[in-house]
Amino acid sequence: MAILVDEKTRILVQGITGREGTFHTKAMLDYGSKIVAGVTPGKGGQEVHGVPVYDSIAEALDSHPEINTSIVFVPARFAPDAVFEALDAGLKTIVVITEHIPVHDSMKFIRYARLLGSRIIGPNCPGVISPGKSKVGIMPGHIFSEGIVGIVSRSGTLTYEIAHAITRAGLGQSTAVGIGGDPITGLNFIDVLEMFRKDDQTEAVVIIGEIGGDMEERAAKYIRETGYEKPVVAYIAGRTAPPGKRMGHAGAIISMGTGGADSKIRAFEKSGVAVAKRPSEVAELLMKALRR
Amino acid sequence: MKLYEYEAKELFKAYGIPVPDAEVVRTPEEAEAAARRLGSVVLKAQVLVAGRGKAGGIKFAHTPEEARKIAEELLGSEIKGERVNSLLVSKLVDIRRELFLSIIVDRALGAPVFLTSSEGGVDIEELAARAPEKIVRVPVDPLTGLKGFHVRRLVKGVGLAKEQAKQFSKMASALYKLFIDYDCELAEINPLAIDENGNLVAVDAKVIIDDNALFRRPEFKGREERELSEFEALAKKEGFSYVELDGNIGIIGNGAGLTMATMDTVYLYGGKPANFLDIGGGARAELVEKAASILLRHPKVEVIFVNVLGGITRCDEVARGLVRALEKHGAGKKIVVRMMGTNEEEGKRILAEAGIYAYDSMEEAAKKAVELAGWR
Repeated sequence: MAILVDEKTRILVQGITGREGTFHTKAMLDYGSKIVAGVTPGKGGQEVHGVPVYDSIAEALDSHPEINTSIVFVPARFAPDAVFEALDAGLKTIVVITEHIPVHDSMKFIRYARLLGSRIIGPNCPGVISPGKSKVGIMPGHIFSEGIVGIVSRSGTLTYEIAHAITRAGLGQSTAVGIGGDPITGLNFIDVLEMFRKDDQTEAVVIIGEIGGDMEERAAKYIRETGYEKPVVAYIAGRTAPPGKRMGHAGAIISMGTGGADSKIRAFEKSGVAVAKRPSEVAELLMKALRR
Repeated sequence: MKLYEYEAKELFKAYGIPVPDAEVVRTPEEAEAAARRLGSVVLKAQVLVAGRGKAGGIKFAHTPEEARKIAEELLGSEIKGERVNSLLVSKLVDIRRELFLSIIVDRALGAPVFLTSSEGGVDIEELAARAPEKIVRVPVDPLTGLKGFHVRRLVKGVGLAKEQAKQFSKMASALYKLFIDYDCELAEINPLAIDENGNLVAVDAKVIIDDNALFRRPEFKGREERELSEFEALAKKEGFSYVELDGNIGIIGNGAGLTMATMDTVYLYGGKPANFLDIGGGARAELVEKAASILLRHPKVEVIFVNVLGGITRCDEVARGLVRALEKHGAGKKIVVRMMGTNEEEGKRILAEAGIYAYDSMEEAAKKAVELAGWR
């Protein structure tokens, strides 16, 4: 089954004529993702790798009513406008790759999405991949393979690192979701854990967390209190990060006494989640949990 | 970007939030003159680090001479490693009662949340841990903004009536407006004092602006670099995320999570990183060269550990950049490289030509870096 994206996903690329948009449109097409249209205001009528470009989402939808998912590559200053356009057009899954969007803007479009029943993945995320079905993101597709492990992560390259080990261990992934490295994201760990819980293909879940906020603690509590049926393995980046410093991601900061790695690790261990000390240990712990 | 107290108070004044009469001074003479005008004063070191009060950065003076003497001691001294270049000389407020009022971006709710309490002047985190029921939390919908009922809830929560309730309501609305106008992550009045006349006044002010929104505030251009060390400023100019640490292994990674994991792994094997440098996604050779050059010139860095997982970043570009940086600045420094992913073979070939072995495993590479840096 997989979650969020699959064979039925029909993709609109917002910001398709920009450098990132063009590059990743090609990479997604090569992977086999079904991209049906692109939007860049003022660039309607062009084609990017054979994908027709429109000035607005309304025009794209007129010709391609099958669009059900959008991926946003629009630069930070204009990205909120692009996300609101996608929400107003009624799209239900919107992947926001763009980094450096002001948090006040994110708060608004994420709130708006909730009211409309739409899902925003990101901002500042690598996207979503259901190996063998569809890739709506910027991750290198060949690292992933179709399988049974669901991954949810606040990071990009660290996800590839761990996914690669899971692929090599022969387990593969059902879906890997990068929820983003910003302080406020459209989906949180619990949202995705819930989706993996109902997904037949997913037999185990990996959570890749990091310092900052208390999303990991909340996920641990959810796992404990709802008796999560599938084995969960976690890795937390930033065990040795100094307080008060932003470690690359806008959201990766220990501030006002919260967000440290220790509290997250303790919370997971209390919930029976095995926590890896090294990235490569994640695959080892999964094999153990799945008794392989 | 954190604002200095005096900058935050300038904003407060512009938004009609009462603050004590005060002057910013940079010399003991100015401090003396300010105290002569203001009477009994408090001298407050203008630093960005938290906890300056406990570190001796806030002192009282009842005569101009006393103010001058304290200013002589404080100016040029260091508070938690930060040099004191200016003081706020502020008229002493006869505080009868202390409250606090704060607005934060709540990460879990994804909304601004007001925090207030009738127990002010304390450390809010400490109060939150000790007696969370004493903090009144009022979330505001980011789409519809602040409404009258939010303010009424705050007033009731903090237990004020009549004239003080009116002043408090005005302050809360003004603080919210400032919070929104300036894309704040935090806007805080703690303590919010009630003086001998029963009037409310913001005795301290804390404002943090979202770095990603600074393009909307060109007046702050250039100011964000003042929180940074020399090498942090250098790296920021090139667009890297960089944090100074205290060991001798320079770390370069692509992506924040992977770079953090690299740092953690070095510690796990007994080494100590000198820094955290994230080159981000898709870095070309020129950028990698700049990143490596910054670390090669860093006096504390003895070994450089580069960990790259190629996706949109190409291993051959990374290898080219590294080799060029080493040719220019590499004398006396050791380098350990781990690379995997896009164009890995080409990258490894380029490195091999320059006599550098590239590891497949991040852990093996980390062990080697720790060994070369003399930690095992």
